[in-house]
Amino acid sequence: MGPVGRVSTDAFDPTRFLRTWNFSDLPADERSRFYRETARPDGSLLREYELFAVDRDIEIAPGVFFPAWTYYGQVPGPTIRATAGDHIRINFTNQGSHPHTLHFHGWHRPEMDGSMPAHQVLPGDSFLYEFDADPFGLHLYHCHANPLKRHVHKGLYGTFIVDPPATSPRPPADEMVMVLNAFDTNFDAENEVYAANTVASFYVQEPIQVQVGQLVRMYVVNLTEFDLINSMHLHAMFFDVIRTGTSLTASESTDTIMLCQGERAILETTFRYPGEFMFHAHQSEFAELGWMGLFRAEGTGGA
Amino acid sequence: MARDAAVSSAERHEVRGLMVWVLAALPLALLGALLGLLLWSGPADALRGEGFPPVEALTFQRVELGPEGITATVLNDGPDPVTIAQVQVDDAFWGFSAEPDTTLPHLGRTTLTIPYPWVQGDTHVVRVVTATGITVDHTVAVATETPRADGRFFGVFALIGLYVGVIPVAIGLLWLPLLSRTGRTGLDFMLALTVGLLLFLFIEAGHDGLGAAALAPSSFQGVALFVFGALAAFIGLEMVGGWLRGRRPTSGEPASRGWVLAVMVATGIGLHNFGEGLAIGAAFSLGEAALGTVLIVGFTLHNTTEGLAIVAPLAHERVRLGQLVRLGALGGGPTILGAWIGGLVYSPIWAVLCLALGAGAIAQVIVQLSRQMVGTGSVAGYMATPTVASGLFAGVAVMYVTGLIVG
Repeated sequence: MGPVGRVSTDAFDPTRFLRTWNFSDLPADERSRFYRETARPDGSLLREYELFAVDRDIEIAPGVFFPAWTYYGQVPGPTIRATAGDHIRINFTNQGSHPHTLHFHGWHRPEMDGSMPAHQVLPGDSFLYEFDADPFGLHLYHCHANPLKRHVHKGLYGTFIVDPPATSPRPPADEMVMVLNAFDTNFDAENEVYAANTVASFYVQEPIQVQVGQLVRMYVVNLTEFDLINSMHLHAMFFDVIRTGTSLTASESTDTIMLCQGERAILETTFRYPGEFMFHAHQSEFAELGWMGLFRAEGTGGA
Repeated sequence: MARDAAVSSAERHEVRGLMVWVLAALPLALLGALLGLLLWSGPADALRGEGFPPVEALTFQRVELGPEGITATVLNDGPDPVTIAQVQVDDAFWGFSAEPDTTLPHLGRTTLTIPYPWVQGDTHVVRVVTATGITVDHTVAVATETPRADGRFFGVFALIGLYVGVIPVAIGLLWLPLLSRTGRTGLDFMLALTVGLLLFLFIEAGHDGLGAAALAPSSFQGVALFVFGALAAFIGLEMVGGWLRGRRPTSGEPASRGWVLAVMVATGIGLHNFGEGLAIGAAFSLGEAALGTVLIVGFTLHNTTEGLAIVAPLAHERVRLGQLVRLGALGGGPTILGAWIGGLVYSPIWAVLCLALGAGAIAQVIVQLSRQMVGTGSVAGYMATPTVASGLFAGVAVMYVTGLIVG
């Protein structure tokens, strides 16, 4: 059945979020305020970001507003994407009401970890995070200020994709980012609303458009707090799994994958038939509390 | 001169009358101005600051299960308006419609229609999610279809009322011939037993009433309502008793002291049984029908002793069958009425009020009976006699044990 009504997509559009990284949805001049890339002598890029934390009420189900802590005013935060060997520089400003940090998964110096009490960026302060994009794979970032659990479930997290070196790229595909998240709206340490990309059952109302016969690559990151695991199940087909995205070849083929918090995987598949395909957590409870969606495959198929 | 003086006196009188009105109205006018100022300036908002979450409180008034799903009436019990954004049933978002609206002002109510395929005999949790993410739950303990207000409904609930109220009370009345054969000591024992029974019922009514008060929306101040409702019933019955005693006997009716007392006891017990009927009807209306059966058995056992309480004051009087029937109807009949009302329009606040009336009535009857028994002597001294003490104890024990048997 699902929630009643529609969520406003003015502030955050889950469909647009799917295929946006490095602020690629913004017009060039506006984008340059948040993201700049400069070629380096060795052919890699220096990628510079402006990222801020801000408190914001976000609509997580039609008419239900959650008092979130966000990066860039949205949950999940903007997807950061680089190629292995690039150098990343993020100027982080805390415009929120509590101390926050950026804690990236991946190789970096300890002082760039954003996890120790001394690393906390106080409200009004800034910090420059700097590290190399390493290793290639599917990673994440989140706030590591204390209390950790609250800073995570309030919405301070995002996806960090490091592509393999240009010499051995992944095959071209229709790529999309899905962050599995949930919200404890009444603060009883249990989630009331579940979703892929924040808005309950959004992709049921607005199915994700894909093409029959085209490779689809899903970057799936689990950031669900309170529940031990989350999962993803795709109907009527199978997908290849590259856990943590740290390989060019799949390790398994399945239709259901289980992820603990912070665990992530690249899922690849090609739609054979046109039509609508359901996907959701295979914890039925999560599915019925909003972690449910549809793919709509178009084109000719059925061979 | 005299005429002038009279006129000026009348004018003075008029002016003084006007002054009284002005003096009465002035504080009220100032109060009105103050309220206006408060509403306009909102000092509480200044205290709460910007972005302070609203105080949201919702209570479920009534939940019905039918072939079309679940129908729930929800009341806004908090000071701020509340918007119902979503409904979850058993941890699943579910479609719903709200009549008249999803936004409820203070003390506003709305009826949610949720087409949920509920399961006979299962437990279901209906959860309302407000715009700010606050959740309010209602648990349907044992799901079964809520009775409709048709002929069958009135028939079945009348039958339940008959089982619970009328028949047990009537059976209890049949102890009258035994009572009329007992001597002074035996009668004292029986009256003390009655007082014991009623004391137990009084405590029970207090417990149930305060329990219902806790469930009722806090705006209605359930505890105060219960206490003052009980007090009103007590004073009201005192007045009725005085009126009955002062009334001249009409056409052969023996308005004897015993008869008046019996009528008072029957009235008190009737009010109490009305509350019980309400509880049984409500158990059905709140989707807890399986629990209703337990209630029915419990009340049936319990209420047999109530008949005894009604006839105890009549032990040494001549009583006609017609009078007995009237006493039975007065004491037991309200159960049927209570069951109908509880089944159709139950809300916790009405339950509080009815239980309060019952408690007050029973307290008054206890006082009446004690007065009759003690006469002019000391109450404590009278209670301390072996016969009365054992009667009191027996009365409480009987109620306790019959309550224990049915859980």
